[in-house]
Parts: sequence; C-alpha cells; structure tokens
Amino acid sequence: MLRGAATFVEDIPRPHAHHLAFVRSPVAAGRIAGIGTEDARAVPGVLAVVTAADLGHPSLTAVLERDEFVPTSMPLLAHDRVRYAGEPVVAVVAESRYVAEDAAERVWCDIEECDPVLSLADAASTPVHPEAPDGVLVDLQMFADDLLDESLARAPLVLEETFRSGRVTAAPMEARACLAEWRDRDEQLVLHCSTQVPHQVRTGVAQALGIAERQVRVVAPDVGGGFGLKCVVGREEVVAAAVAARWRVPVRWTEDRQENLTAAFHGHEQEYRVRAGFDAEGRFVGVDADIVCSVGAYSAYPFSCGVEPLMAATELPGVYKVGRYAARARGVATNKPPTAPYRGVSRPQIVLVMERLLDKAARRLGIDRVEIRRRNTIAPHEFPYTGPNGITYEPGSYLEALERCVREVTDAGWWERRAGGDGLRRGIGLVNFSERTAYGTATMGLRRMQMTPGFDVSHVRMDASGDVVVTSGTCGHGQGHETTFAQIVADRLGIRPERVKLRQGDTDLVSFGWGTWGSRSLVIGGGAAAVAARTLAGRLKAIAGELLEVGPGDIELADGYARVRGVPEARVAVEEIAATVHFRSHTLSRHHDQLLEARGAADPPGMFSNAAHAALVEVDPGTGDARVVDYLVVEDCGVVVNPTVVDGQVRGGVAQGIAAALYEELTYSPEGQPLAGTFMDYLVPTASEIPPVAVHHLQTPCELTETGAKGMGEGGTIGAPAAVLAALNDALRDCEADLDHIPVRPADILRVLTTGTRTEREDTA
Amino acid sequence: MKDQHLVTLTVNGREHELVLESRRTLADTLRQELGLTGTHLGCEHGICGACTVLLDGEPVRACLVFGVQADGREIRTVEGLADGDELNDLQQAFSRHHGLQCGFCTPGFLMLAEAYLAGGGSADPGEVREVVSANLCRCTGYQGIVEAVTEVAARRREQAAKAHD
Repeated sequence: MLRGAATFVEDIPRPHAHHLAFVRSPVAAGRIAGIGTEDARAVPGVLAVVTAADLGHPSLTAVLERDEFVPTSMPLLAHDRVRYAGEPVVAVVAESRYVAEDAAERVWCDIEECDPVLSLADAASTPVHPEAPDGVLVDLQMFADDLLDESLARAPLVLEETFRSGRVTAAPMEARACLAEWRDRDEQLVLHCSTQVPHQVRTGVAQALGIAERQVRVVAPDVGGGFGLKCVVGREEVVAAAVAARWRVPVRWTEDRQENLTAAFHGHEQEYRVRAGFDAEGRFVGVDADIVCSVGAYSAYPFSCGVEPLMAATELPGVYKVGRYAARARGVATNKPPTAPYRGVSRPQIVLVMERLLDKAARRLGIDRVEIRRRNTIAPHEFPYTGPNGITYEPGSYLEALERCVREVTDAGWWERRAGGDGLRRGIGLVNFSERTAYGTATMGLRRMQMTPGFDVSHVRMDASGDVVVTSGTCGHGQGHETTFAQIVADRLGIRPERVKLRQGDTDLVSFGWGTWGSRSLVIGGGAAAVAARTLAGRLKAIAGELLEVGPGDIELADGYARVRGVPEARVAVEEIAATVHFRSHTLSRHHDQLLEARGAADPPGMFSNAAHAALVEVDPGTGDARVVDYLVVEDCGVVVNPTVVDGQVRGGVAQGIAAALYEELTYSPEGQPLAGTFMDYLVPTASEIPPVAVHHLQTPCELTETGAKGMGEGGTIGAPAAVLAALNDALRDCEADLDHIPVRPADILRVLTTGTRTEREDTA
Repeated sequence: MKDQHLVTLTVNGREHELVLESRRTLADTLRQELGLTGTHLGCEHGICGACTVLLDGEPVRACLVFGVQADGREIRTVEGLADGDELNDLQQAFSRHHGLQCGFCTPGFLMLAEAYLAGGGSADPGEVREVVSANLCRCTGYQGIVEAVTEVAARRREQAAKAHD
C-alpha cells in the first residue's frame, strides 16, 4: 500500500484487455423508442456495441418474501423504459477506454421523455414500475399498538415533528471496477471485482447469465473502500461478465467519478413524521413514526430495497425506553439511482430523530438535556431489556457512556468555549445511541429476504513449517482484518501473529461467505476463525501430548511452543509438531490424515455496541458557515481486539457523519437531472473540515460472541449527524432554532439568524 | 492517422522513450505504458489528488497533465519513495500513525506530503492540515495522515538544523 505495490482491480496487468464504456440515459424517465449503434460500430477498434436485446434481456431481481413487498427486476441494460438519468442503456466494447468512450458518443438513444417521480408526493402520478401503481415498493406496518393513540392523547407533552435527511453516497476513493475474462481451461468466467461481497457477486452473475455457480469465480483483490456501495451487485459488473463470456475476450470496466456519483448506488434519503408523547418528567410514553425512504428506481440485488425501511422501523427506539411504539415504513420508487446499504443504514437518521425529540422535549419541559436522557435510557439493571420493538438488548454501557462523555467534555473545557465572546456562535451536541452489529441468521431471517445472510465460515491450516493460513468468507478492504484475524488465530495457537496470513476475497479459495458489511466481519468472520483455531489448537495439544507423554489437557500453547502446564521445560516447538505431522506421521500412534487444519463457523444473533458522541461547532453569523471544531467519542464495542483499528474505524465513520450533516448531498433538478456530478458539487470533506476526534473506550464483554467483541464499523457515521445537528441547534439556541434536517447549509443557518424561525428544506421527498 | 509523439520521460531516475498519443494523460502513461500502477485515479477531474505525482519536484495531478507535457521532465511517483525494501521516513510514519485504511488515496497523500516536506514544510499541525486538504481520503478522517506528516516535518527540520550546525 505504502510502496504503490497494492493490487486494485485496475492494477492487474492485462495488456490486451478490451474496455467497456456505457451509454447512459440522458433523462430521468422515458420510453426508449429507438437505439442507433451503427456509427459506433464503425469506429476503428470497436469490438461490439451491446444492447439488452443482444444479451437476451438479462436482469437481477432482489426479493423480500413479504406480502407488503413488490418485486421488481433491474435489467442489466435498460430496454423499453429508462428509470433514471445515468441508467446504462448500451455497452460499447473497444480496444481501449479512450476508443470506447469515443464510440459511446456516437450511439444515439431516442427516448420519449415523461415526468419523473422525485418524491412520495408524485409517486403515484407516473409510477416508476407498473407493478407498483402507487409507487410504493415496500410498505411495512410494524408493532401496531391499539393503545398508542390513547397514550399519546393523555400525554402532557406531544411533539409532532418532521425530520429529513438528504440523498448521499458512499463515494469510496476507488470507484467500482472489474476485469472479466473467460478461461477455457477451467470453463470458468473469472471476474476480478472491487466488491465487499464476492460470493454474492458470483451468485448474481450466475443467475443473470444462467450458468452454474462453479463456472463463475469472483476475486476481490485490494478494494479501495466500499462503505456499502460495493455490498450489492452492480449491473455493469454483470454486463462485463456477459461480454467476456460471449466474446471470449478479457474486458475491463472502470467507473469514472461522474458515473459513481450519478449512476451507482445512493442512500439515506428519508423522511420521518413522528408523534412522540412525554410525561411531565420528560419520560417517553409513546412514539409513532411514519417513515418514507426514497429508494430509487430499483431494488438492489441481493438485499432488496427493504433494507432501509426495515432497519428504520425496527430499531428507531435505540437506547431509550419509549413506552408504546408503532411504525410504518415505506420504500418509495423514484426516478433516481437505486440505493444500497450505505454505512449506517437508517441509523444515522433514527438516532437523529430520537436525539432531536429529546432535546426538544427537554427544552419544552425545562429539563436539562443530559438529565432527560438519564431518565429515558435503558439502565444497567434492566438488561436484558426487551423493547416494544421486540428486540432484546444485551448488556451495554449506555448510561456510563453518556456520563463519561459529559465528564470528558467538561474536563476538556468545552462549556467555557461554548460561551464564546469573540463574535462566533458555538454549540455543543450530545448524543447517545446503540448500533446493532453482526446480524446473524436469526436476526436477518426476520427480515425475510430471499437471500438471508448471517453466518460465516473460516478455515485455518498450518503448513509443515508451522505457519498458518486463515481464510474467511468476509472480505476486508481497509478494516485491518489482516491484523485482527491474525491476532485472533495466533492468540489461540500460542504463536506470533506474523506467522498467520489471512486469505480472503476469492470464491475458489473460500467455500462461501457473506462478505464484509454491517459491522459483521471481526465478530462473525473473526469468530469463525477463532472456532477453527480452537479446534486446531486441540489437535496440536493432542499431538504434543503424545510427544511429551502427557494428556492433551495438560498442554498449553504459548510463545511458539506446546508445553506441559507447570513444567515449562517439557515442551515441543509448534514447528516441530507441524513437521512431525506432515513428514514423520509414522512416528505417531495414529496417522493424522486430517493434517493440521480445521474449519469453523459463527452465527451470533446480532449484538448492540453503544456510544456517546459530543460535537463542538462554531457558526459564523456573518456567513452562516458552520464548522465542527472538536469531537469526542466514548464507545463500547465489547472486547477491543485492536485499539488502533477501532479508533481508525470510529474516526473515519465520524468524518462521513459530519459530511452528511454539513456538506454532502446529491441534489436533483425538477427534471430529475443530477446536480452533483463531480467532487466540486458533491462535497466530500477534506482535512480542513474534519477535526481531531478523541476516542475513549469502555468494554462490556459480549457473551454472544467468540471473542467478546461486538461490531463497530458504522457507529461513527451513525452518531455524528445527530451530534452535529444538536450542536448547531445549540449554537443558535437564542434564535429558537429548530433545524431538523441534514445537510444543514449556510443558507439554512442564515435563515434562522435572520428570521429567528425554524427552517425546512424545500427540495425533498 | 493517430496524433502521436515521441517523448522522453525520466521517472524515478530512469529514462523512458515512449510514443504517446497527444490525449493520453500522464496518469495513464505511468500506469499503462510503464506499469507504475501505484499512481491511482480517484476522480479524473483534478479534485481528489489520488494521482498526485511530482513533476520537476512540484506536486501535480497526473490526471490533468498529458503525457506529452512531461516530455524531457523528471517525474517522481510513489514507487520511488522507498530505498529498496526500506520504507522512507514518511511511509513509516503513515504506517505508525494508521494514516491509511484501504490505501487507495495513500500514494497521492505521500507524494503531496513529500513535496511539502522537501520544501522545508513546517511541523505546525494546522499548516499540515491545510496542505493535506488538497487531497481526499474517505476512510481515515485524516487524523493519522496529519499526525504522520507533522511528525516527519518536525524530524526532518531537526535533522536539517543539525546538518546546518
């Protein structure tokens, strides 16, 4: 990585590979009347110009097995209709990317344009899919409670509020990319792909092309960030596979940044209409939420467009005891790109909703905002706590995190800084939340996806020199799995972590796996590796026992040796055991034809990490410019396997959360044209916008996992938007500010400062 | 006929003669003609800085420079930083401070910082933060990058002061 020697997909040398360029729909919605490819075919160096008809109209279909869900197919290339500006219609295959793009400009598409659907309000006017005439692809009514209305009617305080969050995208620094080639020798299509989920890409390709899974090998080499964008299957990747299989040439596709921002996968465009009742002491008596997620034009494969609505409705209450609870959550099809589970998945929004409700209630009731949280938070003695959403929460440090966060902020002098006096306004946001991580089969099964992820597998094998290779069905790409998995395995085998190498991301190397997303890898993949390593440790002990003439129970593995407990000089090196098993098995009482390898699996139910975040923001009343100047996290992800890795995940996550709160948004014109097509319009923050983030750890060991760890890949992104929004409202406290949307732009702040009233975004779902 | 030119590029001290189409970018030239794939393309419109290389010692976006514009000039890429197996001080600091996660933006940050440090850049974290704001990273939140560059700036200044004494 540091030498420039990493291998991302584009770095794989294939001098004679062809390149794909896509001709994309110039309009948001319309009927395709004709496509002209002759001029493009005539460009020297063009191998083929491919339409949906040329490929036999293949498609990907994600299914949720629920009556409330309308299945819709996503064609690999649009035919008949186009459903968003940027949708791929034609693929040009040429000898270089330069020629492919030249030729793509010569393709014409005659499209009869129609009015686009950009929000729930116009969803039924011209439905995106005829199968869903009301424009709703999924409509979930969950936890209906007949007594909720009555409870709210009797509540001393009822808030009726609307919260909105803008459409954003993961924007990994490496956009999507793939290299597809057919190998006659193996009768196999090999697809190198920048993905988080190699096995799901394999299934998607096999299903779309109608070939056997064995005939597809997917390899994820180094992957330059994913954040959920790459945990779904992209149609362009499948088209590349189809072209390579049909024309038997290696084919590359490298997404450019404009395509990545305007035509890949988005997320987080949501609106919450919430009624929340409180008693006079500020305790929730009930929450009723109506949630709308603008899921875009298609249901992304394989997890479907149900991901955001299901997550939002199920987990809204978070760390709080809300009394009675009901939620309706809808996924509305719009003429915008489809959504993928971008980091956080609805939890940045639900945390924002809950924390804003508490801050509002605290203000209305004259209660301190920390105190109102104390009164509502699930207390230590209440674990395991089962909420009205049917979830049972295992122990966490919810109150302790909050108190610690307040103490750290106070010790760091934030309250004095908040008082200001230099013309700038300052505010502090404090939020407390949980993050469900490592969803296993038991939890995922409740969602009723046709493809239900959850478990994962690992294989640990020691070679004749005593070195270990561990494989995993997870697929890391910057999360430090090489380090943490090696630590987990080495700990159990009593050897140094440098002797353990992780191999992942190759469907021919790993029998199956669900990849890396949903804060699952260290817990599930690492848990599976721990199980496998434990089995292998048992085998090492049995052989060492025989060599040392003691029972295996008397052997311990440490410092590279198997030694007799209490008699450290009676020992045999792990290398010696390895060599004996491989080369001198005749000296052992029985033949170890299993060698030194073991498999393990893990499938925990899903567990809750928790964190309290604090943000200090500065607002310039002259320009409306807001900056986060300090940030503090107290987090609890159970046993920390590697603090450096955890801190890195938290800080990177916080940066993405700050981005969503203040900078990033994919806006659209009334015609449905994307207005953010470059990094000049889609404002991924730089080092100047992201402050140093202090991270403090609490550790509540998890009893549901092998390592005691809980997942933690998304918490930073989940907490930061709420913390920043709370801090902004605090900075504008004397203006009766009621900012309930993200991103908050300087214009929103100036409007509050000049009119002193609440603001609403105008251009949203 | 294609519009082609014979150019001479000196990359990491080694001279290369190449025939290039006018429109071929320096980034594509380095990656595809010379196999130096450490220079990554993150946006191809000059914002993210992943493709930053040094052209006669100055940081440039290799996606915005044509290969032919580098004719007769010296180019330094991430592959030229380490001395054999030995990572240079900046590369080591990035590793120590966890200044990278996925590693895609890393070469650009290293080259950007290398130019800053070669110019005697200050070890003031505020100034370092401003300098590295030229590039985008999506994984780290920048903290490790700022810490790494600040530390190396301090150490190189110390070494320069000692050498001066």
